[in-house]
Amino acid sequence: MNQIDQAVYSDTVVRQFSIMAVVWGVVGMLVGVVIASQLAWPELNFGIPWLTYGRLRPLHTNAVIFAFGGCALFGTSYYVVQRTCHTALFWPKLAAVTFWGWQLVILAAAISLPMGYTQGKEYAELEWPIDILITVVWVSYAIVFFGTLGIRKVKHIYVANWFFAAFIIAVALLHIVNSAAIPAGWMKSYSAYAGAQDAMIQWWYGHNAVGFFLTAGFLGMMYYFIPKQAERPVYSYRLSIVHFWALIFTYMWAGPHHLHYTALPDWTQSLGMVFSLVLLAPSWGGMINGIMTLSGAWHKLRDDPVLRFLIVSLSFYGMSTFEGPMMAIKTVNALSHYTDWTVGHVHSGALGWVGLVSMGSLYFLIPKLFGQKKMYSVPAIELHFWMATIGIVLYIAAMWIAGVMQGLMWRAINEDGTLTYTFVESVKATYPFYVIRFAGGLLYLGGMLIMLWNVIKTALQGEAPLISIPAPAHA
Amino acid sequence: MDSLYLLIPLSVLLVLAILVGLWWAVDKGQFEDLEQEAERILRDD
Repeated sequence: MNQIDQAVYSDTVVRQFSIMAVVWGVVGMLVGVVIASQLAWPELNFGIPWLTYGRLRPLHTNAVIFAFGGCALFGTSYYVVQRTCHTALFWPKLAAVTFWGWQLVILAAAISLPMGYTQGKEYAELEWPIDILITVVWVSYAIVFFGTLGIRKVKHIYVANWFFAAFIIAVALLHIVNSAAIPAGWMKSYSAYAGAQDAMIQWWYGHNAVGFFLTAGFLGMMYYFIPKQAERPVYSYRLSIVHFWALIFTYMWAGPHHLHYTALPDWTQSLGMVFSLVLLAPSWGGMINGIMTLSGAWHKLRDDPVLRFLIVSLSFYGMSTFEGPMMAIKTVNALSHYTDWTVGHVHSGALGWVGLVSMGSLYFLIPKLFGQKKMYSVPAIELHFWMATIGIVLYIAAMWIAGVMQGLMWRAINEDGTLTYTFVESVKATYPFYVIRFAGGLLYLGGMLIMLWNVIKTALQGEAPLISIPAPAHA
Repeated sequence: MDSLYLLIPLSVLLVLAILVGLWWAVDKGQFEDLEQEAERILRDD
């Protein structure tokens, strides 16, 4: 009786999330460029409290991670789970609720963060009423996603879905544990944990958010969109399965590396370091697996800018998953911690891996969602690719130099045991690198604006098609 | 470090849950014909 409804994929919600990913990408990166300029030229907050660095910085991180990254993950996971399971979404109306609910969360963040409402937890700043809304949306997401897996017509669950599933479950758990708080008014609360306990919970959350939100989810994207765009199966499907299980078994205890040389017990710090080093193996296994998918077809990189986005994203994934374990080593961390090296490392992962893999996937997805063969302008994708890549290189190179320089200046000691440099001298020395970083960020944002234009043009010349679900091969 | 009394049992539970997931997948024959599964996504949209 439901034959007609069931015959086509539920693509409306995928379309909505894909478009909003691009829109929020522009917004989040714009805020990033603004705060990067404030670090070089502090007067650019114009003395207005809402525009100060302390308020805009969490707005930037929330916008790029949860608005841009989140919309990209929702959209691609809804697309991939339907295509690989040969079924429409389990509950399309609830999927629509996740879309509007998630936009409401983003809107609430965009208003409350500049007003100064914050729980003071990095990447978990939003106050408790918004946290509850996030929980409701996330549980709905889990129902739609797992429900769709439950009604799948293909027996095998494709590896990308495993990554998406782990991401959804882990983020639910992390969010609930870390955001536990006692309300003290509508937009004020106190964390359920105190002092070093709170720091431990926070970085258990913080690093696993990197691991499951910014890694597992986007690996799900990678394992579907790279084979599709390259028109070749993944290099080793076996390795992708090993990659998945190894990654989720080992990820949970890397968090303490954010708290080296603090009040955290020493053995916990060492444990965090060891688990971080272990993570190099599954990460590189996955990176090599993705890149080697092009084995024997490298020439495709020459003409296909979308594939280049996807493959270069993996090389940044490889770089940052090498750099991360190195920085987690306590002696290296003694130099790198609290410097801009950390900021550079994060952005090599964020701009290079998360950003480029999302853009590549969206460039694959958006023409399909609007019944087009390809994007409105392929040369514009090419231009976007080069602007983004050069932007990233400027950004991370500037931050490497700035970070190592800061670390060395802070630890420099005179013969009589006094510090060689005052803190402000290291700030002054960083100025040129802040300017270079701003230029890199501006290039990256410029590329994203080109993408927005290209997406709007593609959407306007096409129309939303109804794509039918293939009939089962054997009845 | 009271928070470890929360985080460590939670991790143990999680590892057990992951083991159950792995056992389920193996038991249901999810990993039986892997090369064909890798190709399947390319055949149909």
